[in-house]
Amino acid sequence: MSARERLAAEAARRILIFDGAFGTQIQARSLEEADYAGSLGLAADQKGNNDILALTRPDVIADITRAYLQAGSDIVSTNTFSANRISQADYAAESQVEAINVASARIARGLADEFEQADGRPRFVAGAIGPTNKTLSLSPDVEDPGFREIDFDFLTEVYREQAAALVAGGADFILIETIFDTLNAKAGIMAVRRLERELGRDVPIMLSMTLTDLSGRNLSGHTVEAFWYAVRHANPATIGLNCSFGAEQLRPHVQLLSGIADTLLMAYPNAGLPNELGEYDEAPETTAALVRGWAENGRANILGGCCGSTPEHIAAIAAAVEGLAPRAIPARDTKMRLAGLEPFSIAA
Amino acid sequence: MTDSGSSRFVNIGERTNVTGSARFKKLIMDGDYVAAVEVARQQVENGAQVIDVNMDEGLLDAVEAMTTFLKLIAAEPDIARVPVMIDSSKWEVIEAGLKCVSGKPIVNSISMKEGEAQFLEQARLCLDYGAAVVVMAFDEVGQADTRDRKVEICTRAYDLLTGIGFPPEDIIFDPNVFAVATGIEEHDRYALDFLEATRAIKAACPHVHVSGGLSNLSFSFRGNETVRRAMHSVFLYHAIPAGMDMAIVNAGQLDVYDAIDSQLREACEDVILMRRPDATERLIALAESYKGKDAKAEKAAQEWRGWPVERRLEHALVKGIDAHVVEDTEEARLACAEAGGRPIEVIEGPLMDGMNVVGDLFGSGKMFLPQVVKSARVMKKAVAHLIPYIEAEKAEGARAKGTIVMATVKGDVHDIGKNIVGVVLQCNGYEVIDLGVMVPWAKILESANDNQADMIGLSGLITPSLDEMVTVAEEMQAAGMSIPLLIGGATTSKVHTALRIDPAYDGPVIHVLDASRAVGVASRLLSDTQRDAFVGDTAADYAKVRDAREGKNKSVLLSLEEARANFYDAYLSDKPAPPEMPGLHVFDDWPLADLREYIDWTPFFRSWELHGTWPSIMNDEVVGETARSLKEDADRLLERIVEEKWLTARGVAGLWPCARDGDDVTVHLGDGERHVVLPFLRQQVKKSRDRANMCLADFIDPAGDWIGGFAVGIHGIDPYSARFREEKDDYSDILLKALADRLAEAFAERLHQHVRTELWGYAPGEQLTNEALIKEEYRGIRPAPGYPACPDHSLKPILFDLLDAPANAGLELTESFAMWPTAAVSGFYFGHPEAQYFGVARIGRDQLEDYAARRGVDLSTAERWLRPNLD
Repeated sequence: MSARERLAAEAARRILIFDGAFGTQIQARSLEEADYAGSLGLAADQKGNNDILALTRPDVIADITRAYLQAGSDIVSTNTFSANRISQADYAAESQVEAINVASARIARGLADEFEQADGRPRFVAGAIGPTNKTLSLSPDVEDPGFREIDFDFLTEVYREQAAALVAGGADFILIETIFDTLNAKAGIMAVRRLERELGRDVPIMLSMTLTDLSGRNLSGHTVEAFWYAVRHANPATIGLNCSFGAEQLRPHVQLLSGIADTLLMAYPNAGLPNELGEYDEAPETTAALVRGWAENGRANILGGCCGSTPEHIAAIAAAVEGLAPRAIPARDTKMRLAGLEPFSIAA
Repeated sequence: MTDSGSSRFVNIGERTNVTGSARFKKLIMDGDYVAAVEVARQQVENGAQVIDVNMDEGLLDAVEAMTTFLKLIAAEPDIARVPVMIDSSKWEVIEAGLKCVSGKPIVNSISMKEGEAQFLEQARLCLDYGAAVVVMAFDEVGQADTRDRKVEICTRAYDLLTGIGFPPEDIIFDPNVFAVATGIEEHDRYALDFLEATRAIKAACPHVHVSGGLSNLSFSFRGNETVRRAMHSVFLYHAIPAGMDMAIVNAGQLDVYDAIDSQLREACEDVILMRRPDATERLIALAESYKGKDAKAEKAAQEWRGWPVERRLEHALVKGIDAHVVEDTEEARLACAEAGGRPIEVIEGPLMDGMNVVGDLFGSGKMFLPQVVKSARVMKKAVAHLIPYIEAEKAEGARAKGTIVMATVKGDVHDIGKNIVGVVLQCNGYEVIDLGVMVPWAKILESANDNQADMIGLSGLITPSLDEMVTVAEEMQAAGMSIPLLIGGATTSKVHTALRIDPAYDGPVIHVLDASRAVGVASRLLSDTQRDAFVGDTAADYAKVRDAREGKNKSVLLSLEEARANFYDAYLSDKPAPPEMPGLHVFDDWPLADLREYIDWTPFFRSWELHGTWPSIMNDEVVGETARSLKEDADRLLERIVEEKWLTARGVAGLWPCARDGDDVTVHLGDGERHVVLPFLRQQVKKSRDRANMCLADFIDPAGDWIGGFAVGIHGIDPYSARFREEKDDYSDILLKALADRLAEAFAERLHQHVRTELWGYAPGEQLTNEALIKEEYRGIRPAPGYPACPDHSLKPILFDLLDAPANAGLELTESFAMWPTAAVSGFYFGHPEAQYFGVARIGRDQLEDYAARRGVDLSTAERWLRPNLD
């Protein structure tokens, strides 16, 4: 069975658990420049380059991943949110892109397999691809709205390089997450399609949008519904929402997406909204109770956490949704679904 | 739009199609993309559900034109909200377009003209990019003209596409609309063939759609718009039931079928359905009589003026149109009187109904503050018209929902926010007793008692006002009051309210975050059913805030000694050269037209609770329309302010020799006879490894250096403000005050530039755009007392003395160190290239005591001054 089929089979039985944040877990360890830089001899300071720890402090990444598996994660993600050529350029670490992704995927793969062998429950590895810090839809120059810092072909190649390394390291899925610009995600989808053709096999995609305001749009301005129609051609194994705000504020948008998406729904909100000091302080029980509400209403297939969430949050979520029925996937309809920033449909 | 847009039949306009619109073609050929984007905007505003973009013109670089245009419209949310149809006969143009479109577009078109392999390759790419496709009925042999050929090609394409997994619902067939009534006999069947083929294709290919370009159909009647429109309408009338779901046609080129002259309609029908052999001749003959006739007169733009008076009043309130409100109110009053009613019923009836609509729209985020304030203006004018009639019959006024006494506290003069809240509450039926600015606590309490107020609202902008609010709360407590106390204003916060004000008063204390929350808070406080729960919840919430503070790990403070040891070690050799023109420089009347260029509009929008950055806020999906309209009003008023010289910009700048002495900077005046000490505060929060504990004095050389100061103000607002208020025009009054504030800030920016390039002259060649100025991309800083780098407002009197600001800039200080007039800015100039803004944040007792000693004041005074920076 392919990873997509195994995931679908497992998700048909129960609500699956994704992992939580890496960033705050790494932060909590107060690592120093030397931890980050290792012996790579790169030209720039590496402190803050969390992704490079897969090479310089693999034990840290492994510890965090293990903690999530122990907390009950069925799917763990690779710590590769910024492990792409564009983001790594900030650290003069472009040369390490392939190595970071391969190493990070191997860490996750090894631990996932170890846990699967121990208890016989399938575990999956999602190779995480972040949005980069560039956007294809928006101009960084207000004077010149037609200007773009990068183009579609360049970004597609950046993503293809990362996706290829993640798959080489053992990732089951490519998770294009925290999608603030829908066109960036479309480049990611194109990149995976190209990779599939090179490899001669399917590479299933997971997609996760992030909202920038409570009205339910991402940065490029798409509503949740328009976003789904704009990316549905990816035939994703999962679609969902992450980051954005806390579970409380995300609820109506999860509900909307749940009603229209004919695939598994995965949601992993932040641990609440940041307090006035910029810290996430929502208690694990609070987050768990909120996402349990989604599960009870049949809105969720896979649940996890984003910024500020910890293994305690994941354990609390796993405990809260245990035994609840997973969301039933709606039937695919046959309307033509188009999208600008807003959806538009033509009945067949 | 809450529901997803959905439609059974879609008109796709051709105004952004160079082959369909001569005007658009000219704009693109001339490179006038700004105007070209406006064409797209109009199209969407006029209801286009999809916009077709076509750049196929021999003299154009179509790839370049397509990508440029698509990227530009992507930046316009009110255009980009609808899907795009990427229209080209060249695949490379289509693919370039697909790389720029973030939603799910339609590709128009691909075909089997060059064979199956290329067709499938292009279809696969459309799938990978995520697009629906129009498939032309065209194969290796040629374009399908007959019914059978159309059906044959389309079904073959359908099988190929579904064979590679292309979703059938994303296929749109274009079976070719050709010209009829050309005089050539073979053409007579074209329309009928299209209709029949459409039916057959829909039956044979489940879920697909059928589209066509209509303008071909009437090609032989070019120049005779009446006939062309009739032909298109008649064709669609028959094609839609046959299964056509999409057409490329300008909405303006269609008539309502039933409204077409029956003779013409029948003649068109004869041609399209091929009902008689002489159909073409008859239509041509008839067409002669329609030549040159203009389209129907445009609908009156002022259609709403014909509505019943209640609806007109509601419309005027919702849209904020005050042009006809007095006559409409009078009409309503007369109608009311005729029916035996009283004038008050006009307020309680149609006017309050209208305001309730406004309130609902505002509450649900569909209307924004500037619009609400405009609505209030309309309401006030209507009410003002009715008041004499109401008083004449000595009827009791409409019973207000509640009475609120509002004031800007003693020592503070800022009232824009308070006025906005007052207007919003009034709109919602509350009686607002506005005591103005600089109101001592005794007057607030007295007014609340005299008017049997239901609550008190306090406002303030500067930090000392926070203490004054605590005082008011304490006095309310001492007076045994129990009515709710509402707290608002820029420096107030939930945390401060919970920590300082709430404990001082046993009655309910509520922090109101912004004007949009005011009505909700007031109505809950006055509700019999909701009050207790609301008050209880808020009190519990504040208690939680206090507990959280209690338990919070406060940032670690260094001792003052340690902090001083970790001072910012500026490279003092880089200090600026002595000024070109030291001493005081007075500017009695800086040209307003010049300052206008330096305005930073972002804070202007923020003062109206429109959040976003100028200029992108103008295109914001949610508030863009409101922002544009507000900016138009602001520009118009600014124009008058400048043209008619309403206001005067007065300012003074000084540059003096000085030296750093610990955390003080000593300014030398005269010939070194007089010395003035400027005491600054140092950061004490423990920093990570290499970051310094900064103090502004760190940017000054102990061995001798230079420092500057400035104060600017905008004068003359009062008579205009008073006039607006007399005219019940709060909107213009608030607008004027907000603009005066912006001009003061712009003056500070402009004067700083003048100092850098001329007076001090350390940056003579500086060339910066207004954006760069706003981003502070220049050398040197101008920190203001009361702001994070030197948070003590009490430095202002020292600065004002140095500058003789009362005489030189006409500025005064209140007891809480607020500047008067309100539209004023003052601060210091530091010229060192490493000088930067920072926040002093929390300081320790040791620095408080040290500062008190340096200032020569007792500890409690220093404590009052520095309260926001203590614990």
